[in-house]
Amino acid sequence: MRASLSTDRIDRAWIVDRIVQVLMFLGGISAVVFIVGIFVFITREALQFVFSRFDVVEFFTSIRWAPTSTNNATYGALALMVGTASVTGVAMLVAIPFSLGAAVYISEFATGRSRETLKVLVELLAAIPSVVWGFIGLTIVNGLIIDVFDVPIGLNVLNAGIILGLMAAPIMTTIAEDALKAVPDRYREAAEAMGATRWQMIRRVVLPAAKNGLVSAVLLGVGRGFGETMAVLMASGHSINLPTSPFDSVRALTATIAAELGETAVGSDHYGALFTLGLFLFLITFLINLTADVVVRGIRNS
Amino acid sequence: MKKPAYSLLVLFVLVAGCGRPGANSGSRQVIENKGSDTLVNVAQAWAEAYQTVEPNVAVAVTGGGSGTGIAALINGTVDIANSSREMSEEEKQNAIANNHTPIEHIVGYDALAIYLHNDNPLQQITLEQLAGIYGENGTIERWEQLGVTVPGCASGEIIRISRQNNSGTYEYFREAVLHEEDFKLGSRDMHGSKDVVDLVMDTPCAIGYSGLAYATEHVHMPCVVDAAGTCVTPSETTAIDRSYPIARPLFMYSDGEPQGHVKAYLDWILSDEGQCIIADKGYAPYRPVECAVAQ
Repeated sequence: MRASLSTDRIDRAWIVDRIVQVLMFLGGISAVVFIVGIFVFITREALQFVFSRFDVVEFFTSIRWAPTSTNNATYGALALMVGTASVTGVAMLVAIPFSLGAAVYISEFATGRSRETLKVLVELLAAIPSVVWGFIGLTIVNGLIIDVFDVPIGLNVLNAGIILGLMAAPIMTTIAEDALKAVPDRYREAAEAMGATRWQMIRRVVLPAAKNGLVSAVLLGVGRGFGETMAVLMASGHSINLPTSPFDSVRALTATIAAELGETAVGSDHYGALFTLGLFLFLITFLINLTADVVVRGIRNS
Repeated sequence: MKKPAYSLLVLFVLVAGCGRPGANSGSRQVIENKGSDTLVNVAQAWAEAYQTVEPNVAVAVTGGGSGTGIAALINGTVDIANSSREMSEEEKQNAIANNHTPIEHIVGYDALAIYLHNDNPLQQITLEQLAGIYGENGTIERWEQLGVTVPGCASGEIIRISRQNNSGTYEYFREAVLHEEDFKLGSRDMHGSKDVVDLVMDTPCAIGYSGLAYATEHVHMPCVVDAAGTCVTPSETTAIDRSYPIARPLFMYSDGEPQGHVKAYLDWILSDEGQCIIADKGYAPYRPVECAVAQ
């Protein structure tokens, strides 16, 4: 009669269950769909330039980015790449001590309420919009650098590096702290039982054990640095230049795209060149994130 | 930084448009107007004043730069594109290929002022000196090469402030001062006319160029020596009589020969009333006009 009911019931709960399942599946694969979609779009826009006007040697070795020149348009992106790399480099010099210090403190020293408060504050820091950071760079840090170092202009590698370092520090802190927390307590107990002090234990036992997680925290910070746009546009001086000191203005890949794409005719060489920069950035950040992921996987396998 | 304000205004215009459907006879017409940041203040003022002239026509103004406006005209999404430079042959061809014929209207003139820090003693500058500072083959790198020492600028280095490479101001400067030569790399490329003036104001070593309308008392403008050797101070008068060597025409491009309400709007802009508004905003009218309101 109604024998099949137990295995084959179709009622409200069953329908809801099915719908939820489909929704969850869509949510789950959406990231994949988006990333593939973005990659296909950027590549398609870049390819028409890559096949027509692109000159690999010029792109990677010339600093002359003059896409709107009327008589000699060139697309040398070396200065932009060096600009992005130098700003990210200084940012990491700022961010690594801050974030690793904060992570060690939160995970190993702070307890109870102060620990929870600190964690919330660090996460709050990550929520400051990048244009606000850029504004701080443009107004406060600019004046500070001019006064302290007596240089003519404070919009430079150092300014953008400091701003970007402070921006990248919270996410690096959070990931580094997770890595430290993943170190089993029995390691710490063993070290203490051997008579190690707190610092000896952290330096000789906890940090080495969390090494992979810490490296991936730094790599994600680097990825953040490469991708940041607004703050770098405002704080770096936006000047095509191979920097020889931290006080030189530079221009980042991302900032170039942001500043120029809005007024570029769709389908022009300039437009394609900007998408080529975008494709290059995408591949670099993809590689950095992939490396971070592989490094973390290293922990689990060992 | 000012763009959100304009889009808000546009929103208001649109909302206002929807709010009173058919208050007068017939449906309300909307003119889409987009482009040059140099012209956006004026375009906004025109749009507002036109409300009282022709309440049935709403003009939605957005900035974004000359290139943005022209690109929008090519794509057929605007009725009028504002531009502070002439459309290139390539852009015209693109527009025609998309079945949009741009028709050019000169609506006024803009004088490109040279901005210096208030402590900078330089009183006059020649076009050759400007080309020497900004041009790719120029050799002027230090203030002493211009015969001045700038207080507060210990290094003596000239900090060049320029614009991003697709702004109309950048293109006009390249055409009028550098004679199509390219810019020397290493200039600080700002993203707005006002940003140039703001940065010059704070930087003793700096030199910058931007529209005359952005002048403040915190920066100073040297006079510019013309071909005949006379030094001409940038002003509305010297821009109208074309004696100032770096003044440029400001354009509005209509999509095809203007018809109906677009034609009425452009005719009004070129009338005495419209031209007094552009004069009031610090630019020069395209012809001398008598304006009742003192400036």
